[in-house]
Amino acid sequence: MKKHFKLASIAAAAMLTASTAMADGTLVYCSEGSPEGFDAALYTSGTTFDASSKALYSRLAEFDTGTTNVIPGLAESWDVSEDGLEYTFHLRPGVKFHTTDYFTPTRDMNADDVIFTFERQGDEANPFNKVSGGTWEYYNGMSMPSLIKEIVKVDDLTVKFVLNRPEAPMIANLAMDFASIVSKEYADAMLAAGTPENLNQMPIGTGPFQFVGYQKDAVVRYSANPDFFRGKADVDNLIFAITPDAAVRYQKLKAGECHVMPYPNPADVAAMRADADINLTEQEGLNVGYLAYNSLVAPFDNPEVRKALNMAMNKQAIIDVVFQGAGQIAKNPIPPTIWSYNDAVQDDVYDPVKAKAMLDAAGVKDLEMKIWAMPVQRPYNPNARRMAELIQEDFGKVGVKAEVVSYEWGEYLSRSKDKDRDGAVLLGWTGDNGDPDNFLAVLLGCDGVGGSNRAQWCYEPFQKLIDAAKQESDPAKRTALYEEAQVVFKEQAPWATIAHSIVHMPLRNEVQGYKIDPLGGHIFYGVSLK
Amino acid sequence: MLSFLLRRLLTFVPTFIGVTVVSFVFIRLLPGDPILLLAGERGVGEERYAELIKQFGFDQPIWRQYIDYLGGVLQGDLGTSFVTKKPVVTEFFALFPATVELSLCAIIVAVVLGIPAGVIAAVNRGKFFDQALMTTALVGYSMPIFWWALLLIIVFSSGLGWTPVSGRISFMYFFDNVTGFMLIDSLLSGQKGAFLSAVRHLILPTIVLATIPLAIIARQTRSAMLEVLGEDYVRTARAKGLSPLRVNGQHALRNAMIPVITVIGLSVGTLMAGAILTETIFSWPGIGKWMVDSIFRRDYQVVQGGLLMIASIIMIVNLTVDVLYGWINPKIRKG
Repeated sequence: MKKHFKLASIAAAAMLTASTAMADGTLVYCSEGSPEGFDAALYTSGTTFDASSKALYSRLAEFDTGTTNVIPGLAESWDVSEDGLEYTFHLRPGVKFHTTDYFTPTRDMNADDVIFTFERQGDEANPFNKVSGGTWEYYNGMSMPSLIKEIVKVDDLTVKFVLNRPEAPMIANLAMDFASIVSKEYADAMLAAGTPENLNQMPIGTGPFQFVGYQKDAVVRYSANPDFFRGKADVDNLIFAITPDAAVRYQKLKAGECHVMPYPNPADVAAMRADADINLTEQEGLNVGYLAYNSLVAPFDNPEVRKALNMAMNKQAIIDVVFQGAGQIAKNPIPPTIWSYNDAVQDDVYDPVKAKAMLDAAGVKDLEMKIWAMPVQRPYNPNARRMAELIQEDFGKVGVKAEVVSYEWGEYLSRSKDKDRDGAVLLGWTGDNGDPDNFLAVLLGCDGVGGSNRAQWCYEPFQKLIDAAKQESDPAKRTALYEEAQVVFKEQAPWATIAHSIVHMPLRNEVQGYKIDPLGGHIFYGVSLK
Repeated sequence: MLSFLLRRLLTFVPTFIGVTVVSFVFIRLLPGDPILLLAGERGVGEERYAELIKQFGFDQPIWRQYIDYLGGVLQGDLGTSFVTKKPVVTEFFALFPATVELSLCAIIVAVVLGIPAGVIAAVNRGKFFDQALMTTALVGYSMPIFWWALLLIIVFSSGLGWTPVSGRISFMYFFDNVTGFMLIDSLLSGQKGAFLSAVRHLILPTIVLATIPLAIIARQTRSAMLEVLGEDYVRTARAKGLSPLRVNGQHALRNAMIPVITVIGLSVGTLMAGAILTETIFSWPGIGKWMVDSIFRRDYQVVQGGLLMIASIIMIVNLTVDVLYGWINPKIRKG
């Protein structure tokens, strides 16, 4: 009996020892969700991109980590023709695809891989076009089918993209996740073996980490790619410990079960800041939350009315109540982290008295309107219902009676596009490629009326500026055009620009070199553990 | 016996078809277009929308879609997830063992602790233990799972460091899934410490998931025992001079177990509902969270396929139980 008790005590002591210690050289990231797959071009979610394109793949051009600047990636350099219709990429020699226990490449990355990467997305005859139910949402969403005329192999290390029209953001587009370069040799081998879907499930890339294994909804394992063209990563192993609940992620970080966690609860931020073991880093997010008036419906077709309503809105109260410190007031339709952000623009001052006078001057009396509140949480709007109620109260103070309405998310997105929509819509946008065109043209261009342009605002002087910028390849001239476009936007006020979120990234103190990606990704190349 | 089995199997067929209809219709009754939800704020052009509608087969009349679905089901094909682009059957069987493992542990804990607690409370009716147990059971029954789980994590994981916060096993152990049951696979792996790690990861989720069934079983056992303890045959047994252990354990408990077993059976449904929250909080990769995520995304194929798989498994279990009843009690198979 005594012996049994002793054994039981030893077992209990072993069970109750401190929680899992992390192995040296292994970085553990408590990710917020499961990747849908590992072929980034098939998907659209940031969670999937973190686990696939950011860790496993490289692209012709890359975003310099921590910025939205584009730098050479698998292409060492590129030339753009005078007319902006031909982009010639000079590929980096000697780039190796991953060697794993399920694939050993026999050649280096070359032009065939680049052509295959895009052809499978755009050419229905390509045998990989329908593999894994490919719908290629980003490739289509970025208008690649109408933009790319052909992709030509000049030689093994030179590839030329011929376009149907000039597109200044082309290089930034090719730095996006959907443009991650996949191995044609591996794809051919999988096709021959009758397992083409392995391209998505057992990925091979040229990125800083290579795939080791995935246990669904639990853990993704990677090891450092010893042949990575920028040099081997500082950590030997990378683990994504999938932890959907933010409160639990925080507890895991505190317990030392992970080194990095994304998306903390705003309510936990103060405690994290006070925690001696945690380094809370922060940066503005590449997003904007806004209230879009319907500029086709009276009285919102009058810029003075829109401006007056903007002045009636107490944005600071919204930031304090809705964002709880995890946001900042937006004055432009693009976030401050994006190049060409016009800091000289003055925001509408909160002045209910003047706002009321402006409404009176515009002949608006006893105005009744609807405010649409999104039924979902987003970084640019963590609580749309509360935000709508605050705006409702502000509008009430200037004699505008507002009713808050909401719909199921799919319905909301669909109905808010209607040109005769009744009311102003709360919505927002998170940038894809760090290019101002990705905000200004998509959300405010004439092509987007009846679609992504929820203000239904088509204003010729603004459109001319963004069209000119899109066709201009000189960055300085593009910047000037976008800066002017922001001034026009502010004068016309098709939206009330409300907030940009602030991204908080809690790290354990031993984590060194982590940079917050303004594009919203989580990148672990360049990160080390002390 | 053979005709009884055939009769039961025949009732299985319309039930199965009914489940396919209900699971197919249920998700389509919810508002929300899966393509628009998939596209999000980015939206999708009219032309592209039409292409996708065609690609997913939504351009077909609803009855045609159902016939195609049923045809696939009969061939063992439950379709492919819109979101992950992977076969539903593959995803289901990758996650199902985790849910079964957790639910089994929870029900074992609930039964092993709940029945003795109920018996002791009944025998000591009105005394301190009885009062304390019934109060605790009421608290356990009313406990919000999310709050209870976080409280345990904060105290035992972050505070005392006794148990891991979440997951099924430490990432230090890596081996192939053989059965999908972590306790078994960790033993089969032969890796030192793996089994212990799997056990440690099970402790808190099991406690959380077992809390409500444990409270229900304890209360049910107590009330069933109180009823039986007043019966004449129990008085007779006492009068014969049998020991209290024999009277309570052999004569009373055996007869009190019938309603308790029914409650244990019904607790399986409670466990499935509780598993959704428990799996989310403890990052437990099971089917509860998978189904909920799929409902929010209107991932039709996963929801209808997942519901069908769960319903089928419950139907098979019920069929087996019915057959066993019929085998044990001839009155039932002749009924």
